[in-house]
Amino acid sequence: MSALLEVQGIGKRFGGLQAVDALSFSVSEGEILGMIGPNGAGKSTVFNLINGVFRPERGKVVFRGEDVTAAPPYRVARRGLARTHQIVQPFANMSVFENCIVGACFGRDNLPLSRAREAAREAASLVGLGERLDAPAVQLTIAGKKRLELARALAAQPTLLMLDEVLAGLNPTEVAGMIEILRAIRGRGVAILMIEHLMQAIMSLSDRIVVLNSGRKLTEGAPAAVARDPAVIEAYLGDPGLVQRNAR
Amino acid sequence: MARLLRRPFFWIIAAAILAFALAPHGKDVELREGLLLAAVYIILASNLNIMLGYAGYVNFGSIVFFGLGGYFCIWFMGALHWGLVPAALAGGVAVSVAALFFGLGILRLRGIHFALATIGVNEAVQAFVTNFEPWGGSTGIYLSTELFQPLGGPAQALWTIYYVLVAIMGLSLYLSYFVKNSKFGMGLLAIGQNEDAAAVLGVPAPRYKALAYSASAFLPAIAGGLYFFKGAFIQPADAFDLQLSTEAIVITMLGGSGTIFGPALGAYVYEELRGWLLTSQTFANFQLVVAGVLLLLIVQFAPGGLMGLFYRRLPRLKRILE
Repeated sequence: MSALLEVQGIGKRFGGLQAVDALSFSVSEGEILGMIGPNGAGKSTVFNLINGVFRPERGKVVFRGEDVTAAPPYRVARRGLARTHQIVQPFANMSVFENCIVGACFGRDNLPLSRAREAAREAASLVGLGERLDAPAVQLTIAGKKRLELARALAAQPTLLMLDEVLAGLNPTEVAGMIEILRAIRGRGVAILMIEHLMQAIMSLSDRIVVLNSGRKLTEGAPAAVARDPAVIEAYLGDPGLVQRNAR
Repeated sequence: MARLLRRPFFWIIAAAILAFALAPHGKDVELREGLLLAAVYIILASNLNIMLGYAGYVNFGSIVFFGLGGYFCIWFMGALHWGLVPAALAGGVAVSVAALFFGLGILRLRGIHFALATIGVNEAVQAFVTNFEPWGGSTGIYLSTELFQPLGGPAQALWTIYYVLVAIMGLSLYLSYFVKNSKFGMGLLAIGQNEDAAAVLGVPAPRYKALAYSASAFLPAIAGGLYFFKGAFIQPADAFDLQLSTEAIVITMLGGSGTIFGPALGAYVYEELRGWLLTSQTFANFQLVVAGVLLLLIVQFAPGGLMGLFYRRLPRLKRILE
């Protein structure tokens, strides 16, 4: 498998805090890579470094064979990388439909307005917002806004989708629905890089998992192996004794 | 083109142009002067709306386009002996190019910082012109009234200028419509709602903002050329009068920023109100105070302006008009 996204030794410091440090990993085409780690591990910062919201101080980001380390977010988006935000960022006074049209217009295919409408409609119905196209985004529930984030990103026809906690704040039924949607997206050949705190969900969805702690990569591997890794358990629970007791 | 003719906006704007053109009957000079001012207000507000209403950037110094356009036009005519049409058009192009250049710089700023920078641009240009001898410095430039001869003498020329300004008013409204219903406009609206999210979705925000700033300069600059040619005189204090800038903002907010017809409706209501205030005993000297209070009330209680109120009552109207 060829690497779609390669992150090579990136680092970013905020004042006295080394938010991300010498981090390397890659995402292959069509793969779902999960990214987990305790709060403050630097996961969202990694997303911001990849899509150009922040510029890494060290290292390189290569996406579809092109060095996009210094590229602004809109250029990275044009190249086919879409993302959702942990804290939803809808265009509040625009309708669901218009929100999706913006995604489609300025995404990978750079569609003209008329064709963007089709792509927007399709993306909205894929995430279950097909009935609410005319509703102003501000009127959606949190679950609805999360779906809208996803629909907008999908309308851009990305080759890589970065999802920042799309399941957080959803009830169990909504989570189950969202997992189905993510499987469907993956079925279309879109690679996914996702941050998630909901362990059960990310363990079942991901092909591989990267674990972050204090801005560094703790480990990387298949979900089951990562879940058994003592270092991961320690990072989450902060109690080495617990590992030993469980091992006994 | 045929599809255009079926859209209501096309006919509404056409009707407004006709009403303006025909109302003075070619002889009512007093009415003409009132409508001319209204047309100028609509041109200023409608173009300001592209930045303010669509992209969400408050341009306090939009009058600089009008004034600078006036200066270029008057100078091309007086010093270089160009005709009115090429002079006004060249003024529009020159100001648009200058706006693109300035825009790429000051549009890195956001919110209040951008608003302050736009006042700065206006003040800086005014200070420059005041000290620029080829443009007459602080005394300005006078044109010979002989320049009215090619237009059939002064009386006829004033009518011609009026009709052209009305046409530019119509063009401003059409421009507003086409920008809003284009991919470019979609990007601007997204920037206006949430610039960071727009950039993440692929909207090339810096380029779009600079283009919008530049596009919103073109027609006001041409209008400025005609307006100052009409008086055959231009000086810095008139050309770069921040009061007119402020009024354009009040008008846009009053009518409904971000809507196509809001600025026109706002200009009409504001003109009526202003006329009433200027002639009333109590308010004659308080006209701007009332405008300020009005702006506060709109921002606080009806941020969508008059069109916003209409559209909330009749959502279907919005789909037809916008």
